[in-house]
Amino acid sequence: MKPAPFAYARAASLPEVFDLLDRHGESARLLAGGQSLVAALNLRLSSPGILLDINGVEALRGIGFADGVLRIGALTRHAELGADPLVARHAPLLARAVPHIAHAAIRTRGTIGGSLALADPAAELPACALALDATLVLASRGGERRVAAVDFFQGLYQTALRGDEVLAAVEIASRAGQACTLQELARRHGDYAIVGLAAQAGPPGAGVALAWFGVGGTPLRTPRAEAALVAGDLAGAQAALAGEIDPPADLHGPPALRHHLARVLLGRAAAALKGH
Amino acid sequence: MRLPLTLTVNGEPVSAMVEPRTHLVDFLREALDLTGSHAGCEHGVCGACSLIVNGAMLRGCLMLAVQAEGAEVWTVEGLTESGAIAALQAAFLARNALQCGFCTPGMLVAAATLLKANPTPTREEIREGISGNYCRCTGYHAIVDAIEEASRA
Repeated sequence: MKPAPFAYARAASLPEVFDLLDRHGESARLLAGGQSLVAALNLRLSSPGILLDINGVEALRGIGFADGVLRIGALTRHAELGADPLVARHAPLLARAVPHIAHAAIRTRGTIGGSLALADPAAELPACALALDATLVLASRGGERRVAAVDFFQGLYQTALRGDEVLAAVEIASRAGQACTLQELARRHGDYAIVGLAAQAGPPGAGVALAWFGVGGTPLRTPRAEAALVAGDLAGAQAALAGEIDPPADLHGPPALRHHLARVLLGRAAAALKGH
Repeated sequence: MRLPLTLTVNGEPVSAMVEPRTHLVDFLREALDLTGSHAGCEHGVCGACSLIVNGAMLRGCLMLAVQAEGAEVWTVEGLTESGAIAALQAAFLARNALQCGFCTPGMLVAAATLLKANPTPTREEIREGISGNYCRCTGYHAIVDAIEEASRA
C-alpha cells in the first residue's frame, strides 16, 4: 500500500526539533531510521500530519566513552552498533543482539533510539537496555532528564517520553569483561522473537540480569529466576519463570508454548554464561 | 505538498519534485522509469526493493524519496550496466536461480552486498546473506548454488 499524504520537515539541530514539535504538536511524528514507522505509514496504520526528519541532527549521533560510561547517540544505526569497538568492549550484549535484528538492509537504516522509543515488546534492544541497566537521556527545550530503562518502558508501545521530548542518547556503565548472552527463538531468521532473553552478568559475585522480550507488553526482568540462577539452581530458575512471566496466546501458539521456550532459552543462557 | 529533490542515481544527477509520501522505490520506478527494483510487500519484509544507497543496502520501500536528498543510489540497472554484478547474473542464469524473476533484482543486490563484505562465503553465510529476501519459486537452493558459483569464479 501507499501512505496517506503527510507534510515533511527536516530538522538540522535539536532546537529546530523542539520548535517543530511545539508548532505541530500531536500531528507530528519524529522520523529516525524509519524501519518501523515507514512500514506503518505504508500500511496506513499510522497517518501523522507531518513527519519531522531528525536524521540530520548531529547532536544525536556518535558513540563515546568517558568516566566509565558508554554513551550511544540515538541515531546510531544497528549496523554501526554491531561494528563499533567501544560497544564491543563496554556493552558486548548490544553487539551480540545486532545480528538478530531483522536483516542487513534494515540494519543499514534502523537506529537504537528509534527501537527504544517505539518499544516493541518483541524487539531485542529494549530488553538489552533493561538487562544493561541503561539510562535513557531525554532532551527537551528545558534541558535533559535521565530515566532508567526499567522506568522508561511503561506498557505496550508506551514509554516515559513526553510529547515535547526527544530520546537523545543511551548511557551504559561499562560491562567490560562481564559475561552476557542473547538468546532468541524465531520462526525465521530476522523475524521478531517468539521468545527472547538478554542476559547480563554483573561483576564476579554480583547478580545476573535476565531481561525477556516477546513474553508480554514490555520487556521484563524476572528477579526470582535471577536469584535462583545466581545460587546455581537452574531448575529452580526455570521453575520460577512460571510465576514471573505471563505470555499471551497468539498466532505462534498458546501461553504454554512460550513458557516452555523460555525455560529452554534460560537453559541455553545459563550454559553460555558459564562458558564465558 | 511537493518538495525539491536532488540526488545521483546510477551515476547520473537527478532533480525532481516529489511528494513526501513517495517512497524511494516508487520514485525510481515511476518518476525515473527504473522498473528493475520491484515493490513487493511495501513493508520491508520481502526484499524485492533492495537498493544500494550511499554504499549500503537498504529497503527502497522503507526510505522516503525526500530522505535521499544528496544520496548516491544504485539500482539493478546501474549495477548491470557497470558490470558489477555480471558474474552473479551469469551464475543465476546457468543455475536456474530464478523462475518468475520478481525477487531477482533484490536477490542480486543482496548477493552483491554479501560478496563485497565476504568474497568467499560458506553456504550457511550465503543463506544468512539472502535471508531478508523472499523467493516463492526456487526454494532458494539454486540461488545459493549460483551465489556460491559466482564467489568461486
